[in-house]
Amino acid sequence: MWDKVKEFASEFFVTGDPLIYGADVSIALTLIAIVSVLTYYKKWGWLWREWLTTVDHKRIGIMYILASVLMLFRGGVDALLMRAQLAMPELQFLPAEHYNQIFTTHGVIMILFMAMPLMFGLFNVIVPLQLGARDVAFPFLNSLSFWLFFSGAMLFNLSFVIGGSPDAGWLAYPPYSDKTFNPGYGQDFYIWGIQISGIGSLMTGINFIVTILKMRTPGMTLMKMPMFSWSVLSSCIAIVFAFPILTVTLALLFIDRYLGGHIFTLDGGGNPMMYINLIWMWGHPEVYILVLPAFGIFSEIAATFSKKKLFGYKSMVFAMMIISVVSFLTWAHHFFTMGSGADVNAFFALSTMVIAIPTGVKVFNWLFTMFRGKVTFETPMLWMIGIIPNFVIGGMTGVLLSVAPADFQYHNSYFLIAHFHQVIIAGVVFGFFAGLYYWWPKLFGFKLNERLGRLAFWLWNIGFYLCFMPQYALGLMGMTRRVYTYGWDKGWFEMNLVSTIGAVLMGAAFIVQVWDIAHSLKKMDREGTQDPWNARTLEWSIPSPAPFYNFATLPQVTHQDDWWEKKQRGWSAPAVELEPIHMPKNSGIPIIMSMFWFFSGFGLVFDWLWLTVPGFVGVLACMIVHSFNYKPDYYVPVEEVQRVEAAARRGSK
Amino acid sequence: MAQTHSNAEHHGHGHEHPDQEEMRTFAFWIYLMTDVILFATLFATYIVLQGNTDGGPGPKDIFQMNGIYASTFILLTSSFTSGLALLAMHKGNRLALMNWLWVTIFLGASFLFLEVNEFMHMVHEGATISTSAFLTAFYTLVGTHGLHVALGLGWMIILIIQIAKHGITPVTKRKVNIVSLFWHFLDIVWIFVFTIVYLLGVK
Amino acid sequence: MSNQTAHGSLKSYVTGFICSIVLTIIPIVVLVNNWLEGLGSTIVFLAAALLQFIVQLVFFMHLRDEEKPRYNLMSLLLGIFIVLLIVVGSIWIMMYNMVAI
Repeated sequence: MWDKVKEFASEFFVTGDPLIYGADVSIALTLIAIVSVLTYYKKWGWLWREWLTTVDHKRIGIMYILASVLMLFRGGVDALLMRAQLAMPELQFLPAEHYNQIFTTHGVIMILFMAMPLMFGLFNVIVPLQLGARDVAFPFLNSLSFWLFFSGAMLFNLSFVIGGSPDAGWLAYPPYSDKTFNPGYGQDFYIWGIQISGIGSLMTGINFIVTILKMRTPGMTLMKMPMFSWSVLSSCIAIVFAFPILTVTLALLFIDRYLGGHIFTLDGGGNPMMYINLIWMWGHPEVYILVLPAFGIFSEIAATFSKKKLFGYKSMVFAMMIISVVSFLTWAHHFFTMGSGADVNAFFALSTMVIAIPTGVKVFNWLFTMFRGKVTFETPMLWMIGIIPNFVIGGMTGVLLSVAPADFQYHNSYFLIAHFHQVIIAGVVFGFFAGLYYWWPKLFGFKLNERLGRLAFWLWNIGFYLCFMPQYALGLMGMTRRVYTYGWDKGWFEMNLVSTIGAVLMGAAFIVQVWDIAHSLKKMDREGTQDPWNARTLEWSIPSPAPFYNFATLPQVTHQDDWWEKKQRGWSAPAVELEPIHMPKNSGIPIIMSMFWFFSGFGLVFDWLWLTVPGFVGVLACMIVHSFNYKPDYYVPVEEVQRVEAAARRGSK
Repeated sequence: MAQTHSNAEHHGHGHEHPDQEEMRTFAFWIYLMTDVILFATLFATYIVLQGNTDGGPGPKDIFQMNGIYASTFILLTSSFTSGLALLAMHKGNRLALMNWLWVTIFLGASFLFLEVNEFMHMVHEGATISTSAFLTAFYTLVGTHGLHVALGLGWMIILIIQIAKHGITPVTKRKVNIVSLFWHFLDIVWIFVFTIVYLLGVK
Repeated sequence: MSNQTAHGSLKSYVTGFICSIVLTIIPIVVLVNNWLEGLGSTIVFLAAALLQFIVQLVFFMHLRDEEKPRYNLMSLLLGIFIVLLIVVGSIWIMMYNMVAI
């Protein structure tokens, strides 16, 4: 009996690696610490009421951001481990199998569990405030989106200590990801972690499209809407059309693995190339989904810190919409080398070049915005300035890669790795950082430290260039991706070492940022946090942090950059009679439903129907219970609004 | 009851109150677009792999067209009856609304019954989901449609209970609108399944 | 904001129903009687399906009656574009990547 338990445990838990045992211990300790603190300070009720069941977009946004920062830590550690292994030739720090798992989890975590939630977090905290709305169109759905993401992320992360991590790369190409070659649990954790969190993403896409199209404050026509909100709209349109493709592709892979299907297998008439075709049909739009909101952030920051209207508003909108649609026309450039034929390659090479054009238009418009503006260099603007040359170089190497014949040299080399890291880090990640620095006072009601912000900026940027510029060279020198080591005779040693040093600098930068947050939290500099940058859009017209209902009275908008215009006119809020505010009630169903999804996913991974079936039944039950709820909202009485307004204004003026 | 909505009407002056029910219907339409993409991907997979029978049975060997003709007409009729339910609702006729929904459910259940029979027959003949790429693609595409139909049936039943409880209100109206949009969508998908999988498969 | 969604009339539903029946019968008859072969029958089948799709959209889902801004129509058109991309794109690309059947 004891033997059976031991046998099960050795299959169930990941064994044999000191790093993983260390992780087991720290996870256990952290959980114990959290539970103890909550119990000691009697905060379980508070946690449930204020955070776990909230439908407030601002709180949901903060939870997304918190989760993404934790995932940035894990993904970053993965990166540092890889760079350590590659720092010198023939190191044996990480054996090949372990290295495969690390590059797999690094990719999945950074894109799907760090960048996406960070983006959704920014959508959540800012868009309703920019639109003059009190919340998103569907607050309950919003909460569900977050908890589904969290559930999926937990499932995926669990594979590290239970069952084993996936190791087939962040996109899990068959035939290697099929059951024949990859019978373990990791690949199924991958499928269900991503599948569940993907449902949440889809819901967010729908939620924000409806919010933006239907909930703008009176007077805010679409062409008066802030550029960040436009970027969110263009991103969500892409989400809505791209994510179902991912859902199907992963489902088909799962059917192959679980039911013996033959869609992507080598036998039975299957075709692994179809997976590559489908997954990139999602994968390419996905990266534009990520970068479009970053573009929106750049537009906001460029205008605010140049004290000047954004140059070319209409062309910016047009460019983002075009990018959103054309991003669906370029996917085959990810497999130029995989036998699609010259005609196909030619078409997709051209479409890829075409998509660079609207992006270029946007870059010039940011520059023209700054031209003859009164430019100041607070932290958000510093990031913006650094991003422009960085992202442009990354984009240009993308155009190099788009030349299909040339791509036969670049494909899957370190040149490719350098390119996508450059556009993702310099474009997406730095863009979201800039957004965080910019909107931080609005979210949290205290300011971050300018000096530490500058330090982090320099460390990130210098670290970035040191890490990735050598990788272009390494690619041209023939180093391929996903190799766990290389020989002394290759001549790749020096570049790899420099690259590793750059990675360490970026790790240091992250630590500086965490320190900045801790330090600023302690200092609680609340002065002038309502509108610290003298900015242009509606979110800056209310106290920081915003009252739970956002606007006591809905603003009446007459111009683009309406808040700036109001300030120039010396406008002051007219004494309007307050009315009761219609707000949604909190709900425990999202977190409970997501928990049932977690059980279903876990059950499917281990083929435990006794867990899977109740899991799905629980999901359905939650949906039915919610459907019968005909009282999902309430009215905030005028006296409470007055009280909250008074307290908020005292806090942040 | 509908008091949340009428309370909203109460205080609306000077500012527009976004119409919650209209927003939900619009959101559902967008969701339907995502479902369209979902099926498009399954169709693309089926079309690419339909010739890959791995020496096993192909469409002509296993499709029993008479049953398919029957289920096609049944589903089409159910789409019509869901429209009749909607008309009854707009006339304020709660009983007719519920009855036409029941008819729709019955027809939908018949469709599913025929489909399950078809699948069981095919499995019995040795044409299972793991026999070949063609068959995996077939079962996944047609099965996903069937799963949607089953969920739609469950949903209609839930809705009938809510109509019995609350009557015809802006909220229940919206829910009936949405479920009938869903039902029409499923009929549209079936038209393409019928054409691309069955008609083009056996011709 | 208007609470009323377009709801059509008995006439539109009956017309739609009859059109759909006819558009289903035509391909069945063509198939069963073998009136056409090859590309001809394919075109007839697909055309009938397409027409039935439009019938459903117009007579059952009241797409024409939408108020401005016609977001439903816009998202449908964009959706159809993506659908064609997925289906046609996959067929085109995979033609060169056929493996042994």
